[in-house]
Amino acid sequence: MSSTTVPHGDPYHLGLFAGDHSPTAEHGVHDLLSKRIVTGYGFWIFLLSDIVMFSAFFASFAVLRDATAGGPSGDQIFDITDTALETALLLLSSFTCGVAFIGAQLKRDTWYFGAMALTFLLGVGFLLLESREFAGLVSQGYGPTRSAFLSSFFTLVGCHGIHVTLGLLWLLTMMAQVWAKGYRPDIMRRLLCFSLFWHTLDIIWVALFTVVYLIGVAT
Amino acid sequence: MLGKLTWSAIPFDQPIPLAAGAAVGVILLLILAWIVIAGHLPYLWREWITSVDHKRIGVMYTLLAMVMLLRGFSDAIMMRSQQALAFHSNGYLPPDHYDQIFSAHGTLMIFFVAMPFVIGLANFVVPLQLGVRDVAFPTLNSVGFWLTATGALLVNISLVVGEFARTGWLPYPPLSELTYSPGVGVDYYLWALEISGVGTLVAGINLVTTILKMHAPGMTYLRMPVFCWTVLASNLLIVAAFPILTATLAELLLDRYLGFHFFTNTAGGNVMMFMNLIWAWGHPEVYILVLPAFGIYSEVVPTFSGKPLFGYRSMVMATMAICLISFMVWLHHFFTMGAGPTVNAIFGISSMIIAVPTGVKIFNWLFTMYGGRLHFTTPMMWSIAFIITFAVGGMTGVLLAVPPADFLVHNSLFLVAHFHNVIISGVLFGVFAGYIYWFPKAFGFRLHEGWGKAAFWLWQVGYVLAWAPGYVLGLEGMTRRMQHYDVAEWHPWLLLMAGGTAIILAGIVCQIIQLFVSIRQREQLRDVTGDVWNGRSLEWATPSPPPVFNFPILPRVQGEDAYWSVKQRAIQEMQLSAEPEYTEIEMPRNSPTGFICAFFATIIGFAMIWHIWWLAGVGILGAYIAFVVFAWRDVPEYIIPASEVAAIWGANRQARKQALERMAVQS
Repeated sequence: MSSTTVPHGDPYHLGLFAGDHSPTAEHGVHDLLSKRIVTGYGFWIFLLSDIVMFSAFFASFAVLRDATAGGPSGDQIFDITDTALETALLLLSSFTCGVAFIGAQLKRDTWYFGAMALTFLLGVGFLLLESREFAGLVSQGYGPTRSAFLSSFFTLVGCHGIHVTLGLLWLLTMMAQVWAKGYRPDIMRRLLCFSLFWHTLDIIWVALFTVVYLIGVAT
Repeated sequence: MLGKLTWSAIPFDQPIPLAAGAAVGVILLLILAWIVIAGHLPYLWREWITSVDHKRIGVMYTLLAMVMLLRGFSDAIMMRSQQALAFHSNGYLPPDHYDQIFSAHGTLMIFFVAMPFVIGLANFVVPLQLGVRDVAFPTLNSVGFWLTATGALLVNISLVVGEFARTGWLPYPPLSELTYSPGVGVDYYLWALEISGVGTLVAGINLVTTILKMHAPGMTYLRMPVFCWTVLASNLLIVAAFPILTATLAELLLDRYLGFHFFTNTAGGNVMMFMNLIWAWGHPEVYILVLPAFGIYSEVVPTFSGKPLFGYRSMVMATMAICLISFMVWLHHFFTMGAGPTVNAIFGISSMIIAVPTGVKIFNWLFTMYGGRLHFTTPMMWSIAFIITFAVGGMTGVLLAVPPADFLVHNSLFLVAHFHNVIISGVLFGVFAGYIYWFPKAFGFRLHEGWGKAAFWLWQVGYVLAWAPGYVLGLEGMTRRMQHYDVAEWHPWLLLMAGGTAIILAGIVCQIIQLFVSIRQREQLRDVTGDVWNGRSLEWATPSPPPVFNFPILPRVQGEDAYWSVKQRAIQEMQLSAEPEYTEIEMPRNSPTGFICAFFATIIGFAMIWHIWWLAGVGILGAYIAFVVFAWRDVPEYIIPASEVAAIWGANRQARKQALERMAVQS
């Protein structure tokens, strides 16, 4: 012991862990929360961060909306019918995703796999419509390199589309997992995260549909 | 096949980076060879690389930070010596190389020194202070660390394969656009930060969830040590700010790779949008770094003053106030943008307001020391040095927050001196204090105090000499990032700064020696009981180093300074409390997922930088498969039998009992 350390007039320990396990009456005394709550909570924090990332793309879109550089503006290129259809598909898929989760909780294979498959098809339908919109714009010469407005449009909508694509990959993985392993608690936790993710994509799409398409067509 | 990658990417014509890179490479290879030949590889793989133990991961973060500090500091030496020599001459670094050095210096110091140091200490300490066994998501914790390491690796690969950015530590467009930076330097920067940013985000989510949702029974929010509060505030900022960085850098990537027009000069791109977005992340980033350091001071000062922290609740309030206000000041980084007097005034005032909660903290530390019995150990000395020098840096910050004054010194050495003044004293001194303070907890023996004090004094003298002249130079009109100059008045000050850097180098050498000496003398420096500093919070209730499960039975917390009150009761009663009934403990199994993901992330990053698209695809596929394999495992946990728990904990109780008996004899 070198002389430079703290002199220990008083020392060390005391038994922290008396045999007393009885909870005291104090506020906040509880044992650890269940893994389900902690996992769900953590995933919510992730989703919030994802929403913050989208908000940066939304902000960029708002800044660059009028920077059309002689190219088309929103009201000239947006097809509100197609995007309304996309909205309907995605909202419906949120419903089927909810059904799948309930099916998993009840351990009903038919409901779970059926509703997951339906969710997948609805998601694919959404992506097909979105790809058709993108391909149409690019073929007209209105691709993301045409103007800052189109850059921000393709990025914002495309980022959501990438999320849906990854969601579909995750969906297939979850189907495979349940098929291989059954409704284990850890798999149910993952399923909870997946369904939160899928619903969040809906929330973001509602904001996107409003800010990009509805307001875009109105102005 | 290999995209843009050819032999011309290796800078054979530039001896400095090539020699430095070769030296580092040879050292790395030698270390690897030694590890393999000496048979340490299985141990390293089993106990460290695949570890999901928050303490091990914390140590690895800290180690990464210290190694990168050496790299970042060697850049500092080159810059200071270049500017000392470059009066009426070109010095020894060509502009092209000099620009890469200052860019790499800032990038490394912020992202791969300060960040991993702070996150590493938080990772190590927070679960112990909360009285729990691990963070909320142990495997993700490992993923976060290894992704951070990937970012650091990519930045260092740029030393020998290709080049690094020449744009400064923040790649301002339009300079960073493909038109003006056609090389791979900016791409190295962008991919390194995108990947390590994901790692940081994962760490942030993990720590926020841990602090808000995992506590020992009775550890209510207002009983958490202030370090936990500051880590919470810091990680809330990570969750809220790092996605902005990810989005902003993604937009720049799209500009560079696919010809988008976010920040270009043409087709409606908006350069100032980059400044707004990057600083909407960048200013919170300052507090992401400094808040946990404030937390460290709030642990060190009470411990070595023998008193509880003064104004615990005001400290919590001040922390959360800073957390909030830090999001409302970003525009002060570019008052000269021309947003007009109203906008500038609002941001100027909000920037000054942040000084108020910070001032509250300073006074709390001072009042904690007032009337206390002070022990001038090295962590305490770093803390006191921080209070003094940070006050100066804070005041120059308030001065810069006045828009008209800022116009005069904008982008001058005055600014550079200001942020070095606050970041070195605020963050670096804090993590040094934390490193010495928690080292015995991590390894079971203290660091040598003599070498620590030598390092401390050399650092202090060097730091003042290296940066006080910066303020003078700024007022004399010297702008930042100059490769050479012709103003005679500046030369002596720049020589002084170079001298200060040399003294800091001596301080760093002392720190390295300190580590070696401490390891050699570890038996004399051994921490037997686990409470080496007479601590107040729960980490000191565990053995040093703590067992993998931290606590055999979760502690019952009955007030602030959770360990202190228990300790005082035992001293009064002159006996340890009754031995608990040990039960078996379930702990998460180690997993190579983090390492494998980082391996593929490195491949993805490198492939994207060099436009090797097929390889990037392979990397993405590999990362996905790694996750699926992880998700497929059936036994995520293992059991530690009660007898083993009893053996580990019983040994520590014995040591503590003897300490108590020694004390009884003394009194």
